[in-house]
Amino acid sequence: MADGRMTTMDDGSAIRNPQSAIRTTGFFTDSTLCIGCKACEVACKEWNDVPDDGFLWSGLSYDNTTALGHSTWRHVKFVEHAATIGVGGNSPEQATWQFSSDVCKHCENAGCLESCPTGSIVRTEFGSVFVQPDICNGCGYCVVNCPFGVIDREPDDGRAFKCTFCYDRQRAGEQPACAKACPTGSILFGDLDALERAADARIAKLHAAGMTDATIWNPKESSVGGAHAFFLVRGDARQYNLPANPDVPTVHLKSSWSAAATAAGVLALGALMAFAFGSKR
Amino acid sequence: MKRPTPESERRLDELRERAAQHQPAQQSSKLSYHDLPLLKPPVWTWEIPAYFFVGGAAGASAMVAFAAQLTGANADLVRDARRIAAIGAVLSAPLLISDLGRPERFLNMLRVFKVRSPMSVGAWTLTAFGGAAAAAAFEIATPISSAAAAATGLVMSTYTGVLLGATAIPLWSRNARMLPVHFGASSFGSAVSLLELRGHTDAALNALGLGAAIFETAAGAAPSPTPRRHALADALAGPVPLLLRLFNKRKAAAVSTLLGSLLTRLAWVEAGKASARDIA
Repeated sequence: MADGRMTTMDDGSAIRNPQSAIRTTGFFTDSTLCIGCKACEVACKEWNDVPDDGFLWSGLSYDNTTALGHSTWRHVKFVEHAATIGVGGNSPEQATWQFSSDVCKHCENAGCLESCPTGSIVRTEFGSVFVQPDICNGCGYCVVNCPFGVIDREPDDGRAFKCTFCYDRQRAGEQPACAKACPTGSILFGDLDALERAADARIAKLHAAGMTDATIWNPKESSVGGAHAFFLVRGDARQYNLPANPDVPTVHLKSSWSAAATAAGVLALGALMAFAFGSKR
Repeated sequence: MKRPTPESERRLDELRERAAQHQPAQQSSKLSYHDLPLLKPPVWTWEIPAYFFVGGAAGASAMVAFAAQLTGANADLVRDARRIAAIGAVLSAPLLISDLGRPERFLNMLRVFKVRSPMSVGAWTLTAFGGAAAAAAFEIATPISSAAAAATGLVMSTYTGVLLGATAIPLWSRNARMLPVHFGASSFGSAVSLLELRGHTDAALNALGLGAAIFETAAGAAPSPTPRRHALADALAGPVPLLLRLFNKRKAAAVSTLLGSLLTRLAWVEAGKASARDIA
């Protein structure tokens, strides 16, 4: 491409030039606009050729997907509440539903990326967190380092999988499949800064309209340092399995390594002392 | 043929009343999503805790060999300790590789070095330790190779605690400070136990074994580490060998220490799986 903001790669494809045009993209998922149609789940599965992960009746509202995982990269949550008269326009006998399409958070400080011993998991030029499938050797360490239970090892394949943020589509200048398939604008894709401004405007509008329980979930104050995929939800975000104070596991490194060093020192000294003073043969 | 009875009809009335009172599913008071866990449980099977045991004991054995060598202890003891270290290093690799989802790609572990990934640090440490321990066992470049095996062996015996501690699994990260100490102490307990079972009677081994058993007893008695159902593992690692050593039953203490060391590691990994399924 002639555009100076693009670089042509060896394989002939063009990527955005990180020096001249860092375009950090994001997802803003607005649960107040979600109708629970699951088009995002279908679009994701189709575009990315994600294998099926079972057809099970969960018995949990209309959510038979239940969680993100190695073969579920978008997941529509069905949060049920007893009716509140005058809220939501439902009859008093009807439960109210809130839907929210969950996805990998593409953390600013990503536990999976930090812990990956092969360098398979990288930060892309779009700011997203990407697992390179040709490098992953399925050690499983990322699985226990994701504070959101997103990434998992696929038992048949052996490698770890999660949302790619449609890296292939973004490279081609397209938006991710889920965002493109969303019929209500609940899943917005775009420049992260612009999305954050849009979210602030949306919250202000909802609060002004009386929906005062609408909040933004984006763990910027936590050690995770913010998410590239953030959410607008109603009420306590924990109802959507979005934790209040997530931690990137690297926060434990310093104390744990200090303990290891102390233990190693004491054990080395103990061994030397035992043989120097206690050795009787 | 079934006949309606007063009981059967009362039951049907009860069902009708309960159905009439039915309220929609509620979770307003509960701050969880349908009580589904947030985290994914570890995918590791027995090979990983078995490696913690084998690699830890091997690493500690290299340090014991070095200490014995420096202080001029029995040459047979030095030789056997070095051999245990080398054999442990050799056994560690297949345990780790077989647990990979793509075992044929194990060399990708050495593609990069990431100081912030305990798994990466561990892969490189095992590589260095394996080389040094093998060299020391064959008495190649011995003062340097045995010192290198001891230094990397100390990391081998403790880093696995960091590997578990610095994760998102609540039980493991709560014990991020304790786990490296626990694994280190029981690794030394295992190393001296192996040497005692090999027939070595040096009093220094008993002193080290006693120290490890005292620490493991204290750690096992501390509140919360492993769940109660792992009490057997904790007992075999700490109080049982402690008592046996006090009564000078060294070989019995050695067997108990080895079993306890293996079982506590299996227990910690299993307990991590349970911890991941907890509803926050």
